[in-house]
Amino acid sequence: MTADTETPGVWADLVGQERIVEILREAAEAAAARLSRSGSHTGPDVAPADAMTHAWLLTGPPGSGRSTAARAFAAALQCPSGGCGKCSACHTALAATHADVEVANTRTLSIGVADARALVSRASRHPAGGRWQVMVVEDADRLTEQAANALLKAIEEPTPRTVWLLCAPAVDDVLPTIRSRCRHLSLRTPPTTAVAAVLVRRDGVDPAMAAFAARAAQGHIGRARRLATDEQARLRRHDVMQLPLSLGRVSAAITAAGDLVKAATEDATEEVGALAAHETEDMKRALGVGAGTRQPGNASAQLKVLEDEQKKRATRAKRDGIDRALIDLAGFYRDVLAVQAGAAVELVNEEMRDAVTSVARHSSAEGTLRRIDAVLAARAAIDVNVAPLLAVEAMTVALMSG
Amino acid sequence: MMASEPPALVTLVTGPEELLRDRAVSHIVSQARRHDATAEVQKLSAVGLEQGRITALANPSLFGELTVIVVGDLGEAADGVVHELRAYVAAPPEGAALVLVHGGGVKGKALVDAVRKSKAPVIECKALKWENEKIAFVQAEFARAKHTIRPDAASALVDAVGNDLRELANACSQLVADTDGVVDRAVVERYHAGRVEASGFRVADAAIEGRSADALRLLRHALATGVDPVPVNAAFAAGLRTLARVGGMPRTMKPDDMARDLGISSFQVRKARGQLGGWSAEAVAASITAVAHADEQIKGGGTDPVYALERAIVAIAAARAS
Repeated sequence: MTADTETPGVWADLVGQERIVEILREAAEAAAARLSRSGSHTGPDVAPADAMTHAWLLTGPPGSGRSTAARAFAAALQCPSGGCGKCSACHTALAATHADVEVANTRTLSIGVADARALVSRASRHPAGGRWQVMVVEDADRLTEQAANALLKAIEEPTPRTVWLLCAPAVDDVLPTIRSRCRHLSLRTPPTTAVAAVLVRRDGVDPAMAAFAARAAQGHIGRARRLATDEQARLRRHDVMQLPLSLGRVSAAITAAGDLVKAATEDATEEVGALAAHETEDMKRALGVGAGTRQPGNASAQLKVLEDEQKKRATRAKRDGIDRALIDLAGFYRDVLAVQAGAAVELVNEEMRDAVTSVARHSSAEGTLRRIDAVLAARAAIDVNVAPLLAVEAMTVALMSG
Repeated sequence: MMASEPPALVTLVTGPEELLRDRAVSHIVSQARRHDATAEVQKLSAVGLEQGRITALANPSLFGELTVIVVGDLGEAADGVVHELRAYVAAPPEGAALVLVHGGGVKGKALVDAVRKSKAPVIECKALKWENEKIAFVQAEFARAKHTIRPDAASALVDAVGNDLRELANACSQLVADTDGVVDRAVVERYHAGRVEASGFRVADAAIEGRSADALRLLRHALATGVDPVPVNAAFAAGLRTLARVGGMPRTMKPDDMARDLGISSFQVRKARGQLGGWSAEAVAASITAVAHADEQIKGGGTDPVYALERAIVAIAAARAS
């Protein structure tokens, strides 16, 4: 049984997570039961082990569907029939426009304490629709320490109708104090067959392309869809995958590093640049800035704030782009290692099998492990603010040697 | 006494070097005073300036004396003032000299371009970036005061106080006032001994050229005069990057062609070529690894950024020697 064709309603887009769906569905049923009990005043909560709780921490590798799961759960909580996927409560909750579903995420590098305090005050409101006040924090790993501390009290003892859903890549990404106040659910990397199936079913992608995209994306559903539907993204990935084959000399390694960072930067600028220009135009119009009029006194200050925000967003997009490329590279060396070890597993880069085999023949398994470490070290370095170009250069130089 | 030429009706003073801008303005003011001893000087800032004020000040006065209007911070002018100034520049009234001072940059660039188009005299106050420009500046300062400084003394003076042009100019006038005859290196050292303003790039050059003792010394000077560890390390990375890329190009290639291919200046290409002697590709690779490690240490991975930089200098020296 493949779950994605059978799972109904709001859970349909949660690929390959049958166990999680089961738990969340039971929780939503328990929550609905609790609502009807308190509505009819039939006394205290008598359910044995209540499947519902007030704070959840959803973890899983990027692209496994953490936020999809959170939104689906939010919809199931708001929907009178437990997540039919058809009513307006379901639609609005999935699109994060429901009045009682607050989705906090960030396109910059972190969620600050000011945002966290706003969330706390929002969480204390009674749900307008009479069911649940659902607070979804999609990037809980990006909460600053101060922000996380501001949330502690609200997460520990929310008002009776408030539910917190926090999403993070791993439990270690949130403070232990937050972790201990939540019920933890761990999503798995969805199998490539399930990802490919959903691409075919939902996005109408050709099966061969879907299989390639699902493999190349290594279980990241969003990335798989992008690769399957955007030719530019495919071309860029192709360029990145040529990097291990072009590391002849130090100068070539440095040039390759420069190219990789430049491509990721261009990608990011393209992605956020158009939006930024649009936003600036909108704000100027709203402030009444234009030719022939007197500029309002605080207009430039407000535009400056927007500009700073846009800059942060561009930094984040650039880092994400580089990170994607580094994951693709790690995938290449994983394939090399698989060939060297003679493991009979599917290659991530099946279409590059010749290149992979050739690299495998000309290097040792030990060297391959060291190269994988070098790629992961570059990711870690960029994560702690090392200049991206420098980190990637150190990586390409390390990939070259040995 | 025959009155001299009055200043132009509109003058634009533009560029990032504040000292040069101030000098240009005082030059115009004194020119106006020479022409008309009763000349009145109005110094305004465009910040918060109300529309119409400049036009009102430019109206001919009862006694017909010259008015010099200096408008600073041109980039901050509100749209209304910009509009007014455009009209003013298109048809400047007689009896007033308008001096527009712009600090460079893109703010207020449209107005600056309009003034340039009007054929009004423009005084450019470009920032002096390179050492040879600063040495030329020192020599010009001495020549203005009818004094002479030896080239090596000028270079020592730039090393000592060259970061800020105003400070450099003050040092020049001090030397002119306090000394007789030709200023040589010994005189400069008596006044500025032990003081060196080093940039990250000077530290990086010393490290890459194998002068690690110099590099360590310059690093201390750089940090003591307020340079942050992060740009120093970035200068190491940039230097090694250029070294690696230039080293990978064919030796017979012309510096200008190489500069175009690599997207850097031919000055950088020539410098890197000079530094390449003594370097192997492996040594460059090892140094890049060391600098990347230092970057992590500086940005919170370690406890002492200065130690991380010193380690990087030593590592670069060790790699080069191996």
